[in-house]
Amino acid sequence: MKRIYSVLVENRSGVLCKVAGLFWRRCFNIDSLAVGETEDKNVSNMIIVSTGDRRTLEQIEKQLNKKLDVIKVKTFDETESINRELMLVKVRYNRTNRKDIMENCEIMNASIVDISKSMMTIQICDTPERVQIFLDMLRTVSIIEIARTGTLALLKCAEQGK
Amino acid sequence: MIGADAIVKCLVKEGVEYVFGYPGVAITPFFNSILDTDIKTILVRQEQNAAHEASGYARITGKVGVAVATSGPGATNLITGIATAFADSIPLVCITGQVNSNMMGSDVFQEVDVSGACESFVKYSYIVRKAADIPRIVKEAFHIANTGRKGPVLIDLPIDVQNQEIRKFEYPETVNIRTYKPTVAGHPVQMKRVIKELQKAKRPIICAGGGVHLSGAKEELRTFVENNDIPVVCTMMGLGALPTNHFLFYGMVGNNGQAYGNRAMNDADMIIMVGARVADRSVSQPDLITENKVLVHIDVDPAEIGKNAGPTIPLVGDIKHVLEEFNKSVITADYSLWIDKLDGYKDDTQNASRRKRHMFSSTLTEEEINALMVNPEIFIKHLSRAMKKDAVYVADVGQNQLWSCANCEIREGRFLTSGGMGTMGYAVPAALGAKLGAPDRQVVAVCGDGGFQMTMMELATMKQYNVPVKIVVLRNNVLGLVRQYQHFTYQDRFSVIDLGDSIPDFRKIADAYGIRYQQIAAVEDMDDGIAQFLADDEATLLEVIIDPKLVV
Repeated sequence: MKRIYSVLVENRSGVLCKVAGLFWRRCFNIDSLAVGETEDKNVSNMIIVSTGDRRTLEQIEKQLNKKLDVIKVKTFDETESINRELMLVKVRYNRTNRKDIMENCEIMNASIVDISKSMMTIQICDTPERVQIFLDMLRTVSIIEIARTGTLALLKCAEQGK
Repeated sequence: MIGADAIVKCLVKEGVEYVFGYPGVAITPFFNSILDTDIKTILVRQEQNAAHEASGYARITGKVGVAVATSGPGATNLITGIATAFADSIPLVCITGQVNSNMMGSDVFQEVDVSGACESFVKYSYIVRKAADIPRIVKEAFHIANTGRKGPVLIDLPIDVQNQEIRKFEYPETVNIRTYKPTVAGHPVQMKRVIKELQKAKRPIICAGGGVHLSGAKEELRTFVENNDIPVVCTMMGLGALPTNHFLFYGMVGNNGQAYGNRAMNDADMIIMVGARVADRSVSQPDLITENKVLVHIDVDPAEIGKNAGPTIPLVGDIKHVLEEFNKSVITADYSLWIDKLDGYKDDTQNASRRKRHMFSSTLTEEEINALMVNPEIFIKHLSRAMKKDAVYVADVGQNQLWSCANCEIREGRFLTSGGMGTMGYAVPAALGAKLGAPDRQVVAVCGDGGFQMTMMELATMKQYNVPVKIVVLRNNVLGLVRQYQHFTYQDRFSVIDLGDSIPDFRKIADAYGIRYQQIAAVEDMDDGIAQFLADDEATLLEVIIDPKLVV
């Protein structure tokens, strides 16, 4: 089972380490982790995606709540939230595949944000599944490097009221 | 006023009576400032013992124990003690010196990242960056350590912060940590459900854990079970929650517990876990205790509930508070048939358990062996019966611990041991701390010859501060529990377990430290020896010769 944890933490040094350390020590998975400040600069929001059985997922939430730097833990399924991931991918292109790449970008709503004589950097911001599909589409091209943010997620507005 | 003055002033405000510690350059400002207070300092002989002594003190007084060490090796030596306290949820505040804060991270002399190293076994840790934060941090540290699920808190204190001037000292009255609000009161609906289930149950049993001691709920538990005739078993950490000779007590559970205790758990139709973790040593198959049973799990730490077994009724709250609420209800159910059955179990096992024979030598007769050594189980029975009613029994780790659990009689007293971590060498320093916390009570440490040698340097501390602890060393020249494991698992292929001929002469050790020595080496001397050992309030080392080949 997959679960998304939105963890509000005190924005202090060492907190990321403590939270990541908790996952490591208790043998919980981290599929992805994205951290950023919130509107309050004393508070950061960590979006952690994890997989495990029901008991493990429940333990993750309880253990996170036990950490004294954790203010609040919200958890939800992918279906309950708006999920986005940003990926930058640098590829090598030539005259024969340049058009294909551009077409793929168009289909997937990705954009070319940097280009040189033989390389280009493409940006895509979409759901984690669509980012993966796009990456699969680029498999035929030689990929130089990739940077991904991991999933960012917010509970859907309609769910929030529940 | 400098930071070091501020921190000792905070300790005074917290009512700290003793500081267990060992100095070093990085913590010297602290030890300089403490001279201006009435706090008594206990110089240990190794930092690990500072944490164990603080732990023994905390467990007996219910107050927070304080251990102080210097940076680097001082801090790392402290770590085993911190982890031991964490595993048993003992409230400690550990203060470590640290190198100059602008040197931190550059691997200077005696620098170690102690808060990083301890992260997974402290309840919380602080690195103090400026002296002005000290009052708030200390206030929070004591609060965190001794509320909710108790545990050790680390304060890492760079030497320049200790020397930094602070303009005005103001100790906060209250603590406000937005991320820390432990639940005390149990949920009323859940509590009602428990009472309702008890009313329906035919074969209920309470399993008491260390949480009963930590929340100071012994009286409440006793009232609850006596009013309603509910039988009780306990975990190792829970021993003494109900007197072991109480008519409703049915022994310790787990793979080291009594067979009738485990049988009682298995046959029950309702189990109430009270401040017990459902840990692997007490409940080896957590799924079994949920099968066809109503499982109620009461704990102050929500993360423990459902961690190892999914309860029917989870109940988060402080044990004392929850039991007080329970005691307001009346349960009319009659469990007398169930209790008769349990009494039967108890008689069965007691009749069936033949006294373990000595295995020392096949060529000697029983009588000849009795003249050479005593049976530790019988010894512990007799010792604990001869001890004062409210005495503190501190068991070390190994065979001695298991013999103690199974045979020690605890009436109004306490049973202390390192249950979670199983730290060898815990008994002597913990007993020392306990005795300082309760000078009027008899404190007896029981250890093996392995564990004793790990921390026997504390005899010097005992002597120096005149702390009259009674120490029993069960001597068999072997690391018995590992030997036993190798006997069964590796068919007597023994490896690094023999303490051999080089075991020190404990008489000379005791002499060297100026502590009285006594020996029991024959069954016929046992009872007189015990009486003599316990007769007065003087530190004594009692060496008891036992069979190296015994298994628990």
